[in-house]
Amino acid sequence: MAGRLRRSLPQAVVAETDEWVEVAPDAIVDVVRWLHDDPDLDAAQLSNLCATDRYDHFEVVYHLQSLDQNHQIVVKARVGEHERASLPSVYPVYKGALLQEREVYDLMGVRFEGHPDLRRMFLWEGYPGFPLRKDFLQITGHHPGLPHFPFEEAGRQER
Amino acid sequence: MTTASEPYVLNIGPQHPSTHGVFRLRVVMDGERIQDIDMVVGYLHRSMEKLAEERTYTQNIPFTDRTDYLAAMSNNLGYCLAAERLAGIEVPDRASYLRVIFAELQRLASHSMANGTFINDAGAWQTPLMYMFREREKILDLFEMTCGARLTTNYMRIGGVAFDPPAEFFPAVNALIDELPDRIAEYTELLVDNEILLARSRGVGVVSAEDAINGSLVGPVLRASGVPWDLRKAEAYCAYGDFDFEIPVGHVGDCYDRFMVRLEEMRQSVRIIRQALDGLPSGPHKTEIPLALRPAPGEAYARVEGPRGELGFYVVSDGGPAPFRFHIRAPSLINLSLLREMAVGTSLPDAIVTLGSLDIVVGEIDR
Repeated sequence: MAGRLRRSLPQAVVAETDEWVEVAPDAIVDVVRWLHDDPDLDAAQLSNLCATDRYDHFEVVYHLQSLDQNHQIVVKARVGEHERASLPSVYPVYKGALLQEREVYDLMGVRFEGHPDLRRMFLWEGYPGFPLRKDFLQITGHHPGLPHFPFEEAGRQER
Repeated sequence: MTTASEPYVLNIGPQHPSTHGVFRLRVVMDGERIQDIDMVVGYLHRSMEKLAEERTYTQNIPFTDRTDYLAAMSNNLGYCLAAERLAGIEVPDRASYLRVIFAELQRLASHSMANGTFINDAGAWQTPLMYMFREREKILDLFEMTCGARLTTNYMRIGGVAFDPPAEFFPAVNALIDELPDRIAEYTELLVDNEILLARSRGVGVVSAEDAINGSLVGPVLRASGVPWDLRKAEAYCAYGDFDFEIPVGHVGDCYDRFMVRLEEMRQSVRIIRQALDGLPSGPHKTEIPLALRPAPGEAYARVEGPRGELGFYVVSDGGPAPFRFHIRAPSLINLSLLREMAVGTSLPDAIVTLGSLDIVVGEIDR
């Protein structure tokens, strides 16, 4: 699969193993559209979309499913900048990306350019930070959950 | 003379009988017609994916019960398959068969609930729901007998299942699956040709096969649109390859087809359970695994056909005792992707029936 992809979109493929193929983030829409339209690969459905925080970059993973050929294609894209992580949205190819990309944005803070409705989903607008990032609990002065932990301040016990 | 009208916003929920949990719909209405629909979720968000990064692989199993609390067995199973794939653990045959039996019992319980609440939304207030709860109750008793819990079962383990079912389980489950075909026939007689159900659900919330595939719809919702896609056939995980069963599909892709697909799947589940009980191998019900499992660095994506469709678990290991990343592909959430396409332009009662037919579980949407 990676070989054919390399022939058709020479700039796109960055790395490959037996299980997945990593593509350039700018080329992700072209890649999934090509996989979607190719009759042999037939990636008809975006079955899963999620992101992993690898400390210095994010890895966005697309599990694509062919229903006719019964195989799964795993495409990854590495998003470099931690503070302004962004990637083109695959919504034009797969309508099923609507909520999955919103979820990744909400919890991981990866922006999807061209997404029609990119808002926080589980958390509210203005929520500090993105919980699934590895540095979330290190945000200074920010305690998720309770505003203060019990007996956090010295002298509280005597009262 | 024309009367000027302007759109108004209607809030359904977060607490409303038709939302099946703490789920809010913000509907922009133009008179009787829906102009726009937007869902507001997150009331049940517990950030399980983050919590799981702090706990060992085995400690994470109870979390999966609490995502989709109407299908705890399927969730347990999906997660254990992912952890086993990641760590390269083989499961004994008896455990695979027991997993199939419990996953199918769970599907029966969940589909009873789904069809009961759907009919509730369509206007048959409570009576059919209570009929279906009668059978669900017996299935939950079987769960309680085996693992001590009715909803949050925590029954599957990495490498097998927690307990062998007790001796009294087998007569009880045999009696139940002998009884169930008659019960399902009773529902069919009671509901399938019911004029109110036909009027309320036929031609409502129609999704074409192309849209359903492109919109990542899964499970009975996808199959109702005429796509014969079932992971039990496509991946044949556990022991599903050994059993003879069929995939029911719909023709139109409306709410009525979704109801019918679920009803037929209940019949197929009974068939699978009967075959699994007849062929249940002897032997151990689990393999021993280290308490602090440390899979080699890597990743695994395992999925099962849960009652709501493809339920996937994406687990990444960095070699430590806890998952580096734990992601749940939640069918309840992703089946809502096309809510706007289904509901805009229809009336409010039709949107309620459509939402009911998607069979969402809010614990799984929010996680």
